[in-house]
Amino acid sequence: MRALAGVSLAVEEGEFFGLLGPNGAGKTTLINVVAGLVRADAGSVRVMGADVVRDYRSARRRLGVVPQELVFDPFFTVRETLRIQSGYYGIRGNDAWIDEVMQHLDLTAKADVNMRALSGGMKRRVLVAQALVHKPPVIVLDEPTAGVDVELRQGLWQFITRLNRDGHTIVLTTHYLEEAELHCSRIAMLKAGRIVALDSTRNLLARFGGSRTTARVVARDGRQFTLELAGYGDLEPQLARLRAQGVEIADLELDRPDLEQVFLALTS
Amino acid sequence: MTTFWTLFAKETLRFWKVAMQTVAAPVLTSLLYLVIFGYAFTGRVQVYDGVSYASFLVPGLVMMSVLQNAFANSSSSLIQSKITGNIVFILLPPISYLEFFAAYVLGAVVRGLVVGAGVLAVTVWFVELHLAAPAWILAFALLGAALLGSLGLVAGIFAEKIDQLAAFQNFLILPLTFLSGVFYSIHSLPAFWQRLSHANPFFYLTDGFRYGFLGHSDFPPAASLAVVAASFFVVSLLTLKLLQSGYKLRN
Ligand SMILES: Nc1ncnc2c1ncn2[C@@H]1O[C@H](COP(=O)(O)OP(=O)(O)OP(=O)(O)O)[C@@H](O)[C@H]1O
Ligand SMILES: [Mg+2]
Repeated sequence: MRALAGVSLAVEEGEFFGLLGPNGAGKTTLINVVAGLVRADAGSVRVMGADVVRDYRSARRRLGVVPQELVFDPFFTVRETLRIQSGYYGIRGNDAWIDEVMQHLDLTAKADVNMRALSGGMKRRVLVAQALVHKPPVIVLDEPTAGVDVELRQGLWQFITRLNRDGHTIVLTTHYLEEAELHCSRIAMLKAGRIVALDSTRNLLARFGGSRTTARVVARDGRQFTLELAGYGDLEPQLARLRAQGVEIADLELDRPDLEQVFLALTS
Repeated sequence: MTTFWTLFAKETLRFWKVAMQTVAAPVLTSLLYLVIFGYAFTGRVQVYDGVSYASFLVPGLVMMSVLQNAFANSSSSLIQSKITGNIVFILLPPISYLEFFAAYVLGAVVRGLVVGAGVLAVTVWFVELHLAAPAWILAFALLGAALLGSLGLVAGIFAEKIDQLAAFQNFLILPLTFLSGVFYSIHSLPAFWQRLSHANPFFYLTDGFRYGFLGHSDFPPAASLAVVAASFFVVSLLTLKLLQSGYKLRN
């Protein structure tokens, strides 16, 4: 069986890139090939010019991967885990950066707690921290927000967007499409091991986002109106027209093209 | 070097944090062997002139602990990482297969030697300690632990489940150590079994190691050392090939 076929794509330096697709599409497999966790039968992958097989040392040094599976080493505390991970990358005395990462991920209070004793969401945070110990220029996050509470999710995105602003390239897979829509400037859609779309988020929304923006208006007397908008600028004139007809607006809901529609159009 | 030292330190800390299971328990087991076999056979079995059975037994028990624990360390560490999935933490960083090999084998050597030293330390309360040729003791202990550490890696690479590893341990490592002359001199065996024992590389380990304590052995210690060194060479080559290919680790 083939998990990936004919996947060819280039992520630009400094980009915030989304890798989307239904369960089993091959996102994790693709990440595993990039990370050197599995070897592809054919083809090649380079991380900032370094081939992931031939020049694996340079490739792996430039890459930080947050795996999808919630894995941990039960023998160690959070701080030990992060120190050991730094050591694997040849870094000694990394405590200043480790402390900073722990602070951003709200892990400081858990620094000396054994991994075994952490909740699922806390373990996920440690996985993110582990991927960042060596300040990799390319960060790959395989569903980083699965099972994570609202507060961390916001903190995590703040941290990740800051890293992106500082020049780190981000590759994200997620099933929360609002997250992808909000953060990713370009998106690849994967289906059954093949790329079915590869474009900027804006273009994808424009092409596959379904009909234009609509506004649903409920009047005080219970009547309902659906307004087809050419753009947001069109909203006020259309509402004014309704009011001129004596309609008193009680509720208003905007429905705009979103990634979910794009996703369904492309993958179902 | 930081990469190697970190992986080595992780391998060492891992067993040291649960020393009750990984050090104290095997020391107790060996002590039980000594008490049961030592007292049962002392005075009845005389292997070398002027050497009590218990004095004959102690080096064998120490070597057996060194070998079994070295094997247990690398194999269980690897299989646990594979099963729990935390092996990604060592597969993602730029760790070369040589560093990987050296760190796991050296971790296994430390575990083997710590347990071996523990066994020796408790047995001196019961049996007078001879140290005829300490350099041989060290050489055989180091090579034996390294050989088994390397075999442990091979087993850990091939095994996909704990029971497959247990089979490796119960059907290969355990018989080979028991039949290496820990409890008896192979000269006391029928000719066929004597010849078969010579095909067992662990026999040379136990015999040469015992020479270091007693100054007596069934086989010339230098020749034993050569056999052991050659075995280690072959097994490490195989292990390095497996690690380099990524077999069952990166697939
Ligand atoms: N170790 C494996 N052995 C055999 N097949 C596998 C293995 N891992 C994954 N697959 C298969 O490869 C395909 C791609 O899986 P992959 O995990 O890459 O999907 P994914 O896009 O990450 O899905 P999800 O959104 O559920 O994480 C699936 O059909 C899966 O069953
Ligand atoms: Mg996946």
